[in-house]
Amino acid sequence: MTDRKIVLSTKNIAKFFYEPVKFQALHDINFEAYEGEFLTLVGKSGSGKSTLLYCISTMDTAYEGEISIKGKNITGMKTDQLAAIRNENIGFVFQFHYLLPEFSCLKNVMIPALKLGKYSHQEIEERAYQKLKILGLDEQALKPASKLSGGQQQRVAIARALINDPAIIMGDEPTGNLDSKNTAIVFDIFKEISKEFGQTIIAVTHDNDFAKASDRTIELGDGKIINHKKVFE
Amino acid sequence: MKNINIEIAVTHIITRKKQTLVAALGVTIGIGIFLFMNSLSSGFTKYSKGEIFKNNAHIKIYKNDEISMPFMGNNDSSNSSQVIINPQVTTLSKKIINPEELLKKLKNQTYVTHAIAQVNFDVFYNRGKAQIKGNGIGVDMIAYSEMFNTQKYMVAGNVKSLQGNLNGIIIGRGISEKLNLGMDENITVSSSHGVVKVMKIVGIFDTGNSMNDNQKSYVNLSSAQQFIKEGPSYVSTIFVNTPNSDKSANYVPLLQLLTPYTVEDWKTTNADVLSGDKIRNTMLGAISVSILIVAAFGIYNILSSTIMQKINDIAILKATGFKGSDVVKIFVFEALVMGLIGTIMGLILGSVLIFIMSHVYMGGPVGYFPIGFESQLYITSFILGIVITLCAGYFPARKAAKVDPVEIFRK
Ligand SMILES: Nc1ncnc2c1ncn2[C@@H]1O[C@H](COP(=O)(O)OP(=O)(O)OP(=O)(O)O)[C@@H](O)[C@H]1O
Ligand SMILES: [Mg+2]
Repeated sequence: MTDRKIVLSTKNIAKFFYEPVKFQALHDINFEAYEGEFLTLVGKSGSGKSTLLYCISTMDTAYEGEISIKGKNITGMKTDQLAAIRNENIGFVFQFHYLLPEFSCLKNVMIPALKLGKYSHQEIEERAYQKLKILGLDEQALKPASKLSGGQQQRVAIARALINDPAIIMGDEPTGNLDSKNTAIVFDIFKEISKEFGQTIIAVTHDNDFAKASDRTIELGDGKIINHKKVFE
Repeated sequence: MKNINIEIAVTHIITRKKQTLVAALGVTIGIGIFLFMNSLSSGFTKYSKGEIFKNNAHIKIYKNDEISMPFMGNNDSSNSSQVIINPQVTTLSKKIINPEELLKKLKNQTYVTHAIAQVNFDVFYNRGKAQIKGNGIGVDMIAYSEMFNTQKYMVAGNVKSLQGNLNGIIIGRGISEKLNLGMDENITVSSSHGVVKVMKIVGIFDTGNSMNDNQKSYVNLSSAQQFIKEGPSYVSTIFVNTPNSDKSANYVPLLQLLTPYTVEDWKTTNADVLSGDKIRNTMLGAISVSILIVAAFGIYNILSSTIMQKINDIAILKATGFKGSDVVKIFVFEALVMGLIGTIMGLILGSVLIFIMSHVYMGGPVGYFPIGFESQLYITSFILGIVITLCAGYFPARKAAKVDPVEIFRK
């Protein structure tokens, strides 16, 4: 399986915080994520999982080292370029859904695609319906996002993350607020999209079962990679 | 909707109608008052300019008092003593020499639309024992009326009846009323030079200005010259009009090249009135601009609070690929909509205020309040309303664009 394509790689990532005191949150992080891989990041609280995720998300640009996405070194790019890269290549799912409350579920899902502008409005609407259907929410499509249950909202957020068929879907504790039933649903969706569509999942999690069932788990401790279990080897 | 930025902005506005309306209302009041105040000020200025031009041409040419120059001895030699004489007015006569030629020269200038000669003299109007002091003006009445629109103020008779009528006189309404003399009646006029004439009233004017109406009279140029015992070449003032009264000062140096007499534009002559206008306009302007700034703060506040409430939305939009400039566009567009609604309502409010004010009767020479609808002020107010809301919207929008999504997601 060593011929699998690398979609994201990091080289010697170090991250410092200067407030309130100088503190190194990440030390020399090197890892690769492959196409179609379901990767989880675990570790104790404060070990630097979120910090690492935000660095590779392109949203945090204040780090040392290099990050490549789809073979392109994105370190040092301008924020507008990075925004365009995120729009096209990265979908996000957070612990909280971050849906726009005034918009319908459908519109929430459509927004990143309308921003990308690759398809016509009508095609985008059809695609958004499709994504909602995959997540079992096609009947809620026209409801305002604020009128859904927590689990439903999180699934709408996943549909939004999927709308532009990004190469990578990143999640910071995407099941953190969900009960075991909804966690299982989200897990199955992640498994399915990584296997069926070849999209890469990189998810921070505290849920050991969730991590164990993923393709590979990277464990962080004090800002360093302390366990790097490679399933593909 | 084509643009997702605009769609988001419109959704924010629709779901926050009340805040939008409050912000717009601030602009409405600001722009309404701005338009009203500036219309007031412009109406006043026009009125007072109109008053000035009842008696003044754009430019007047006259012989100024000459002051004797102090005699200075030779400065180069220490031996010579210096003699200094107290300056005195040395004018022998206020007469303009050879006015015909000067008038001809003036009329040949392309920028001169009108030029007339005038003879001023002091008079007493008598009827029996009643006597009124006043001033007479000798002019070519038809040309004068073209320049000063005198015909418009005639309440009896016609300016033309003075033409070739050496015995005719046109008097102000105040004189007519005080002496109880009407059309075609005789009035005794005596000049300060001791000339007394019985003249026939051929016209009565009412300019609304009591100074004019109680003192002024018009006679033929040659009658006036007789009153002051001067020959037909005597002229005291020459009045010149140019195409644009606001630019008349530019022509003063050009005219000065043609004549040694004093050339003075109306702004210099009426500097005191104009400076009063200026002070009033500045005050009204300052008040209306302050109100506009308060309105702008309304938009700034409401947009800032919207942004604070929507900070999560901004973070996720930025995470999913919206650029800083997209975020700026969203919120500036919201400000623009508030501003547009507010400005249009403001123009309506201002119009209502102007309409009401224009129906307020002030009495006296002013009549109805001098205020009107001026398209230029509408355009200025509209542009100002939009520019101010754009500025007020831009700063919070830029703050929104700088939101760091990582900081939000960490919470
Ligand atoms: N903005 C910040 N300023 C200063 N220090 C920070 C900041 N964000 C994180 N840290 C520090 O960096 C370290 C790593 O934080 P991070 O949020 O990545 O941990 P984590 O592994 O995601 O923890 P958790 O499982 O609790 O979410 C922590 O010690 C934290 O205190
Ligand atoms: Mg974390």
